[in-house]
Amino acid sequence: MNLQGILAIYRYEMARTKRTVLQSVVSPVVSTSLYFVVFGSAIGSRIQEIDGVPYGAFIVPGLLMLTLMMQSLSNASFAIYFPKFIGTIFEMLSAPVSFYEIVIGYVGAAATKSLILGAIILLTAWCFVPLRIEYPVVMLLFLVLTAVTFSLFGFLIGIWADNFEKLQVIPLLVVTPMVFLGGSFYSIDMLPEFWQTVSLFNPVLYLISGFRWSFYGIADVNVWISLGAIALFLGLCLLATWWIFKTGYRIKK
Amino acid sequence: MFAPPQPHAKAAAALGLIARCKPPMCSVLTARRLQRPFVTDPIISIQGLTKTYASGFQALKGIDLDIREGEIFALLGPNGAGKTTLISIICGIVTASAGRVLVGGYDIVRDYRKTRAMIGLVPQELATDSFETPLATCRYSRGLFGRKPNPAHIEKTLKQLSLWDKRNGMIMALSGGMKRRLMIAKALSHEPRVLFLDEPTAGVDVELRKDMWALVEELRRDGVTIILTTHYIEEAEAMADRVGVINHGDLILVEEKAALMQKMGQKRMVLDLTEPLAAIPNRFTALGLELANEGRQLVYTYDTQAERTGITSLLSDLRDEGIRFRDLTTKQSSLEEIFVSLVHAGDVS
Ligand SMILES: Nc1ncnc2c1ncn2[C@@H]1O[C@H](COP(=O)(O)OP(=O)(O)O)[C@@H](O)[C@H]1O
Ligand SMILES: [Mg+2]
Repeated sequence: MNLQGILAIYRYEMARTKRTVLQSVVSPVVSTSLYFVVFGSAIGSRIQEIDGVPYGAFIVPGLLMLTLMMQSLSNASFAIYFPKFIGTIFEMLSAPVSFYEIVIGYVGAAATKSLILGAIILLTAWCFVPLRIEYPVVMLLFLVLTAVTFSLFGFLIGIWADNFEKLQVIPLLVVTPMVFLGGSFYSIDMLPEFWQTVSLFNPVLYLISGFRWSFYGIADVNVWISLGAIALFLGLCLLATWWIFKTGYRIKK
Repeated sequence: MFAPPQPHAKAAAALGLIARCKPPMCSVLTARRLQRPFVTDPIISIQGLTKTYASGFQALKGIDLDIREGEIFALLGPNGAGKTTLISIICGIVTASAGRVLVGGYDIVRDYRKTRAMIGLVPQELATDSFETPLATCRYSRGLFGRKPNPAHIEKTLKQLSLWDKRNGMIMALSGGMKRRLMIAKALSHEPRVLFLDEPTAGVDVELRKDMWALVEELRRDGVTIILTTHYIEEAEAMADRVGVINHGDLILVEEKAALMQKMGQKRMVLDLTEPLAAIPNRFTALGLELANEGRQLVYTYDTQAERTGITSLLSDLRDEGIRFRDLTTKQSSLEEIFVSLVHAGDVS
């Protein structure tokens, strides 16, 4: 195991975050906070409570998840795409690091960034809306699992993409709609029955529901199903990683 | 001055190395050499290596080559010959279609961690992360290759490449020549035993090219084995101990530089005769003159690097013989022609 190699990739990526702090930390924090201000303080007070939770507080877990997923995806996919794009990838290919070590370095760094971001957003939310966290350990579990899973998913997108368009298309056209329709802003009880059924096919719903449960103890679906769903998705991403390695579908010629 | 390429005497090659170096570097090198037995296994051994790209194009057609530890080996060949492909396979960037490569006795596929840790690569294309600093990028390279941090080594390398002053600036702000040196510094930051330089002087002006040659000489003194590619004969001449000529994916020949330079240093002088000659007069037999074009041309082949080319005496002797000519041309064999003649010679023997 090339521990130094993993560390080198990890540190390099963290340093890149520090350099681009405005874009990778400040900007997502500010844009998420705007939701808290608008829904939490401004209109939130005019919207009914949902299951006994004020609307401003209700949306926090969903928004946090949304930012976490999108940032993990874009961070990790860009991190591996960029060296391919500018050609510095040759060094990694010629280094004594295995594919798995590369994955650990990049995904570890991307997940770390997302978690830092999640913490900052959570603290910011506290300033605007009345929050409570009933099951902090479960909350942390969801945060870590989501950050890791979506960073890995992003990494795979970055390996697969051979142009900028491909890099953007999955996050924008697939994940964003799923996140918005996944119950960030509402409980699915509020939907007509037909759409409730449709929603159950949206994997993001399970994540947001479980995550919200860790805050307020209210959920659209059972929290175990939620945990099972994210575990399943992580398993799928790991399988895809293994498959990519196995079939040699890599960056090499 | 150079040891002849006799296979039975690898020691001779080692001695050749020592004999050629100037006093200050001798001490280091001799010490290194004497610690080890003279006869050593090659640091790199390439056996039956072929590469067919996904497009179906065969870039390497069965390469066999041994690189000796401590030598500077120049891989000479025109564009598209397969130089970069060969290097890329050894470094692990491209996968071979067949054959195998050993580095330090280890297989590059099965024991890739061991072999890659021994190798530093400076690729043909300049690829750097513009927003990084030279210091950070060198530390990164060292870590990536599995080595613990060693600030003293990085400092030494950056100083050796005259980049220490620029260590904390952005790479973006470096000139092209500096970027190329930075690529070398990165490749050296994990203290490799073997360094690959792929076209180190392509697109570099004369001044910088000389600097590069000096640097290579300096690295050799540190005991690094260097394999470089080039399509300039003069470059191979200036830097290498041995030269391998590659063309269309075939390694046409591998020779000590001295022997190769003799072959390549030949020039032909062609005289267009006023009157065709039936035979060459006896007094010229020693010069190896040839008749061409049905006796209408006289061809003299000579060595440009010899002390006397013999041209003056040949011309005056011709006048004495009453052989007159209308025109005179001289021609140095171009690399392409040498390739052709080498391939041709290979077919005959
Ligand atoms: N990825 C690739 N796919 C198909 N052909 C390639 C690829 N890379 C190189 N080649 C071809 O292989 C030959 C050798 O290329 P290369 O090793 O780069 O030559 P050199 O470095 O000697 O100029 C060239 O004809 C080139 O077009
Ligand atoms: Mg090349």
